[in-house]
Amino acid sequence: MTEFTPFASLVGGMMIGLSAVLLMLWEGRIAGISGIAGRLLPPYRDSAFLSRFGFIVGLVAAPLAIAVTTGEAIQQSVPSSIPLIMAAGLLVGFGSVWGNGCTSGHGVCGLSRLSTRSFVATAVFMATAFVTVFLVRHVIGG
Amino acid sequence: MSFFVNVALGLLFGVGLVISGMADPAKVLNFLDVFGTWDPSLALVMGGAVFVAFIGYRLVLTRDKPIIGGSFYLPTTSDIDARVIAGPAIFGIGWGLGGFCPGPALTALGLGASGTLAFVPAMILGMWGARLLAESRAQVRAV
Repeated sequence: MTEFTPFASLVGGMMIGLSAVLLMLWEGRIAGISGIAGRLLPPYRDSAFLSRFGFIVGLVAAPLAIAVTTGEAIQQSVPSSIPLIMAAGLLVGFGSVWGNGCTSGHGVCGLSRLSTRSFVATAVFMATAFVTVFLVRHVIGG
Repeated sequence: MSFFVNVALGLLFGVGLVISGMADPAKVLNFLDVFGTWDPSLALVMGGAVFVAFIGYRLVLTRDKPIIGGSFYLPTTSDIDARVIAGPAIFGIGWGLGGFCPGPALTALGLGASGTLAFVPAMILGMWGARLLAESRAQVRAV
Protein backbone atom coordinates (compact mmCIF):
# COMPACT_ATOMS: atom_id res chain seq x y z
CA MET A 1 0.00 0.00 0.00
CA THR A 2 1.02 3.58 -0.60
CA GLU A 3 -0.84 6.51 0.89
CA PHE A 4 -3.11 8.64 -1.35
CA THR A 5 -1.40 12.05 -1.50
CA PRO A 6 -3.73 14.32 -3.50
CA PHE A 7 -2.27 17.66 -2.37
CA ALA A 8 1.43 16.82 -2.74
CA SER A 9 0.80 15.10 -6.07
CA LEU A 10 -1.17 18.05 -7.44
CA VAL A 11 1.48 20.57 -6.33
CA GLY A 12 4.31 18.39 -7.66
CA GLY A 13 2.47 17.98 -10.95
CA MET A 14 2.00 21.74 -11.26
CA MET A 15 5.75 22.24 -10.74
CA ILE A 16 6.40 19.78 -13.58
CA GLY A 17 3.96 21.70 -15.79
CA LEU A 18 5.56 25.02 -14.85
CA SER A 19 9.01 23.70 -15.74
CA ALA A 20 7.68 22.63 -19.16
CA VAL A 21 6.13 26.06 -19.77
CA LEU A 22 9.30 27.92 -18.75
CA LEU A 23 11.47 25.71 -20.99
CA MET A 24 9.17 26.60 -23.92
CA LEU A 25 9.39 30.29 -22.98
CA TRP A 26 13.17 30.21 -22.57
CA GLU A 27 14.31 28.29 -25.61
CA GLY A 28 11.22 26.98 -27.34
CA ARG A 29 11.69 23.31 -26.57
CA ILE A 30 9.41 20.52 -25.38
CA ALA A 31 10.24 19.22 -21.88
CA GLY A 32 10.28 15.56 -22.89
CA ILE A 33 12.79 13.67 -20.79
CA SER A 34 13.29 10.80 -23.23
CA GLY A 35 13.98 13.35 -26.00
CA ILE A 36 16.35 15.39 -23.85
CA ALA A 37 18.23 12.36 -22.49
CA GLY A 38 18.22 10.41 -25.78
CA ARG A 39 19.79 13.32 -27.67
CA LEU A 40 22.68 13.50 -25.21
CA LEU A 41 23.94 10.38 -27.00
CA PRO A 42 25.63 10.58 -30.40
CA PRO A 43 25.04 11.26 -33.28
CA TYR A 44 24.43 14.97 -32.63
CA ARG A 45 22.03 16.80 -34.93
CA ASP A 46 21.99 20.26 -33.35
CA SER A 47 23.92 22.43 -30.91
CA ALA A 48 21.66 22.18 -27.85
CA PHE A 49 23.84 19.64 -26.05
CA LEU A 50 24.80 21.94 -23.19
CA SER A 51 21.19 23.00 -22.54
CA ARG A 52 20.04 19.39 -22.44
CA PHE A 53 22.93 18.40 -20.22
CA GLY A 54 22.02 21.23 -17.84
CA PHE A 55 18.40 20.08 -17.60
CA ILE A 56 19.49 16.53 -16.74
CA VAL A 57 21.97 17.84 -14.15
CA GLY A 58 19.10 19.71 -12.47
CA LEU A 59 16.86 16.66 -12.65
CA VAL A 60 19.48 14.44 -11.01
CA ALA A 61 20.33 17.08 -8.38
CA ALA A 62 16.68 17.50 -7.28
CA PRO A 63 16.59 14.93 -4.44
CA LEU A 64 19.88 16.27 -3.10
CA ALA A 65 18.45 19.79 -3.10
CA ILE A 66 15.39 18.55 -1.21
CA ALA A 67 17.53 16.66 1.30
CA VAL A 68 19.70 19.72 1.93
CA THR A 69 16.82 22.20 2.28
CA THR A 70 14.31 20.10 4.24
CA GLY A 71 16.48 17.42 5.81
CA GLU A 72 13.64 14.96 5.27
CA ALA A 73 14.21 11.43 4.02
CA ILE A 74 12.58 10.72 0.66
CA GLN A 75 10.35 7.65 0.70
CA GLN A 76 11.02 5.21 -2.09
CA SER A 77 10.72 1.52 -2.85
CA VAL A 78 12.33 0.23 -6.05
CA PRO A 79 11.77 -3.33 -7.35
CA SER A 80 14.74 -5.35 -6.13
CA SER A 81 15.04 -7.99 -8.86
CA ILE A 82 18.03 -6.79 -10.90
CA PRO A 83 17.28 -8.83 -14.09
CA LEU A 84 13.66 -7.62 -14.06
CA ILE A 85 14.56 -3.98 -13.50
CA MET A 86 17.24 -4.10 -16.22
CA ALA A 87 14.73 -5.57 -18.68
CA ALA A 88 12.31 -2.82 -17.66
CA GLY A 89 15.02 -0.20 -18.26
CA LEU A 90 15.79 -1.51 -21.74
CA LEU A 91 12.10 -1.50 -22.69
CA VAL A 92 11.51 1.99 -21.25
CA GLY A 93 14.58 3.44 -22.97
CA PHE A 94 13.98 1.82 -26.35
CA GLY A 95 10.21 2.32 -26.40
CA SER A 96 10.24 5.96 -25.30
CA VAL A 97 12.80 7.03 -27.90
CA TRP A 98 11.29 4.83 -30.64
CA GLY A 99 7.86 6.37 -29.97
CA ASN A 100 9.34 9.91 -29.75
CA GLY A 101 8.22 10.53 -26.21
CA CYS A 102 7.37 9.28 -22.75
CA THR A 103 5.16 10.39 -19.87
CA SER A 104 6.52 13.95 -20.09
CA GLY A 105 6.86 14.54 -23.84
CA HIS A 106 3.68 12.81 -24.99
CA GLY A 107 1.86 12.80 -21.66
CA VAL A 108 2.33 16.28 -20.20
CA CYS A 109 3.52 18.37 -23.16
CA GLY A 110 1.65 16.56 -25.95
CA LEU A 111 -1.70 16.45 -24.19
CA SER A 112 -1.34 20.15 -23.29
CA ARG A 113 -0.79 20.94 -26.97
CA LEU A 114 -3.82 18.78 -27.87
CA SER A 115 -1.63 16.67 -30.18
CA THR A 116 -3.58 13.70 -31.59
CA ARG A 117 -0.34 11.76 -31.91
CA SER A 118 0.40 12.26 -28.22
CA PHE A 119 -3.15 11.31 -27.22
CA VAL A 120 -2.70 8.01 -29.09
CA ALA A 121 0.79 7.44 -27.64
CA THR A 122 -0.39 8.18 -24.08
CA ALA A 123 -3.41 5.89 -24.42
CA VAL A 124 -1.17 3.09 -25.71
CA PHE A 125 1.49 3.29 -22.97
CA MET A 126 -1.12 3.65 -20.23
CA ALA A 127 -2.93 0.59 -21.60
CA THR A 128 0.14 -1.64 -21.84
CA ALA A 129 1.34 -0.48 -18.41
CA PHE A 130 -2.03 -1.28 -16.78
CA VAL A 131 -2.13 -4.69 -18.49
CA THR A 132 1.49 -5.46 -17.48
CA VAL A 133 0.84 -4.66 -13.81
CA PHE A 134 -2.40 -6.66 -13.91
CA LEU A 135 -0.60 -9.69 -15.36
CA VAL A 136 2.37 -9.45 -12.98
CA ARG A 137 0.33 -8.89 -9.81
CA HIS A 138 -2.93 -10.77 -10.41
CA VAL A 139 -2.27 -13.46 -13.00
CA ILE A 140 1.36 -14.53 -12.53
CA GLY A 141 1.78 -13.33 -8.95
CA GLY A 142 -1.81 -13.94 -7.80
CA MET B 1 23.81 31.07 -19.35
CA SER B 2 21.41 28.69 -21.04
CA PHE B 3 23.12 25.86 -19.19
CA PHE B 4 22.29 27.39 -15.81
CA VAL B 5 18.69 28.23 -16.75
CA ASN B 6 18.31 24.59 -17.80
CA VAL B 7 19.80 23.37 -14.51
CA ALA B 8 17.19 25.47 -12.67
CA LEU B 9 14.34 24.15 -14.85
CA GLY B 10 15.56 20.56 -14.48
CA LEU B 11 15.69 21.12 -10.73
CA LEU B 12 12.10 22.43 -10.69
CA PHE B 13 10.98 19.44 -12.76
CA GLY B 14 12.84 17.00 -10.52
CA VAL B 15 11.59 18.53 -7.26
CA GLY B 16 8.08 18.27 -8.74
CA LEU B 17 8.69 14.58 -9.48
CA VAL B 18 9.86 13.89 -5.92
CA ILE B 19 7.10 15.90 -4.18
CA SER B 20 4.40 14.35 -6.37
CA GLY B 21 5.52 10.79 -5.61
CA MET B 22 6.47 9.94 -9.22
CA ALA B 23 10.05 9.14 -8.18
CA ASP B 24 8.76 6.27 -6.02
CA PRO B 25 8.14 3.19 -8.21
CA ALA B 26 5.91 1.68 -5.50
CA LYS B 27 3.52 4.60 -5.92
CA VAL B 28 3.60 4.36 -9.71
CA LEU B 29 2.95 0.60 -9.67
CA ASN B 30 0.07 1.08 -7.23
CA PHE B 31 -1.41 3.72 -9.52
CA LEU B 32 -1.28 1.17 -12.34
CA ASP B 33 -2.84 -1.54 -10.12
CA VAL B 34 -6.50 -0.53 -10.42
CA PHE B 35 -7.74 -3.97 -9.33
CA GLY B 36 -5.39 -4.20 -6.34
CA THR B 37 -3.76 -1.65 -4.04
CA TRP B 38 -4.85 1.30 -6.19
CA ASP B 39 -3.35 4.69 -5.34
CA PRO B 40 -4.94 7.36 -7.59
CA SER B 41 -2.36 10.05 -6.65
CA LEU B 42 -0.60 10.06 -10.01
CA ALA B 43 -3.76 11.06 -11.85
CA LEU B 44 -3.40 14.35 -9.96
CA VAL B 45 0.25 14.68 -10.98
CA MET B 46 -0.73 14.38 -14.62
CA GLY B 47 -3.80 16.59 -14.09
CA GLY B 48 -1.80 19.34 -12.35
CA ALA B 49 0.99 19.26 -14.93
CA VAL B 50 -1.36 19.31 -17.93
CA PHE B 51 -3.50 22.07 -16.36
CA VAL B 52 -0.50 24.38 -15.91
CA ALA B 53 1.08 23.49 -19.27
CA PHE B 54 -2.22 23.83 -21.17
CA ILE B 55 -2.65 27.43 -19.98
CA GLY B 56 1.06 28.27 -19.94
CA TYR B 57 1.75 27.05 -23.49
CA ARG B 58 -1.14 29.15 -24.76
CA LEU B 59 0.33 32.26 -23.16
CA VAL B 60 3.91 31.51 -24.25
CA LEU B 61 2.97 30.64 -27.83
CA THR B 62 1.39 34.03 -28.39
CA ARG B 63 5.00 35.27 -28.60
CA ASP B 64 6.82 35.29 -31.94
CA LYS B 65 9.77 33.42 -30.53
CA PRO B 66 11.28 32.17 -27.28
CA ILE B 67 13.62 34.32 -25.18
CA ILE B 68 16.70 32.76 -26.73
CA GLY B 69 16.81 31.00 -30.08
CA GLY B 70 15.03 31.92 -33.27
CA SER B 71 11.83 29.91 -33.05
CA PHE B 72 9.72 27.42 -31.16
CA TYR B 73 10.69 23.81 -31.86
CA LEU B 74 7.30 22.16 -31.92
CA PRO B 75 6.82 18.63 -33.21
CA THR B 76 5.39 18.83 -36.72
CA THR B 77 4.69 15.15 -37.37
CA SER B 78 1.04 14.31 -36.93
CA ASP B 79 0.84 10.87 -38.61
CA ILE B 80 -0.30 7.95 -36.52
CA ASP B 81 2.37 5.57 -37.81
CA ALA B 82 3.66 2.22 -36.57
CA ARG B 83 6.35 3.89 -34.45
CA VAL B 84 3.92 5.93 -32.37
CA ILE B 85 2.05 2.73 -31.52
CA ALA B 86 4.96 0.29 -31.11
CA GLY B 87 7.21 2.67 -29.13
CA PRO B 88 4.64 3.56 -26.45
CA ALA B 89 3.47 -0.08 -26.29
CA ILE B 90 7.03 -1.22 -25.49
CA PHE B 91 7.61 1.71 -23.13
CA GLY B 92 4.38 0.93 -21.24
CA ILE B 93 5.41 -2.69 -20.64
CA GLY B 94 8.73 -1.54 -19.17
CA TRP B 95 6.97 1.12 -17.08
CA GLY B 96 4.59 -1.52 -15.71
CA LEU B 97 7.48 -3.87 -14.88
CA GLY B 98 9.77 -1.36 -13.19
CA GLY B 99 7.55 1.53 -12.10
CA PHE B 100 10.03 4.00 -13.58
CA CYS B 101 9.66 6.23 -16.63
CA PRO B 102 12.71 8.20 -17.85
CA GLY B 103 12.40 11.41 -15.75
CA PRO B 104 11.77 9.81 -12.36
CA ALA B 105 14.48 7.20 -13.00
CA LEU B 106 17.07 9.95 -13.53
CA THR B 107 15.84 11.92 -10.53
CA ALA B 108 15.92 8.78 -8.37
CA LEU B 109 19.61 8.18 -9.23
CA GLY B 110 20.71 10.34 -6.31
CA LEU B 111 18.72 8.20 -3.87
CA GLY B 112 21.05 5.37 -4.82
CA ALA B 113 18.70 2.34 -4.70
CA SER B 114 20.36 -0.68 -6.34
CA GLY B 115 17.32 -1.15 -8.60
CA THR B 116 17.70 2.41 -9.91
CA LEU B 117 21.42 1.96 -10.48
CA ALA B 118 20.63 -1.09 -12.64
CA PHE B 119 17.64 0.52 -14.39
CA VAL B 120 19.28 3.73 -15.62
CA PRO B 121 22.23 2.23 -17.59
CA ALA B 122 19.83 -0.28 -19.20
CA MET B 123 17.48 2.58 -20.08
CA ILE B 124 20.30 4.62 -21.64
CA LEU B 125 21.36 1.59 -23.66
CA GLY B 126 17.78 1.14 -24.87
CA MET B 127 17.54 4.82 -25.81
CA TRP B 128 20.76 4.67 -27.76
CA GLY B 129 19.65 1.50 -29.54
CA ALA B 130 16.41 3.16 -30.63
CA ARG B 131 18.24 6.25 -31.88
CA LEU B 132 20.80 4.23 -33.86
CA LEU B 133 18.07 2.03 -35.34
CA ALA B 134 16.05 5.11 -36.33
CA GLU B 135 19.12 6.74 -37.89
CA SER B 136 20.05 3.64 -39.89
CA ARG B 137 16.49 3.29 -41.18
CA ALA B 138 16.45 6.96 -42.19
CA GLN B 139 19.68 6.45 -44.13
CA VAL B 140 18.33 3.39 -45.93
CA ARG B 141 15.28 5.42 -46.94
CA ALA B 142 17.46 8.29 -48.17
CA VAL B 143 19.44 5.95 -50.45
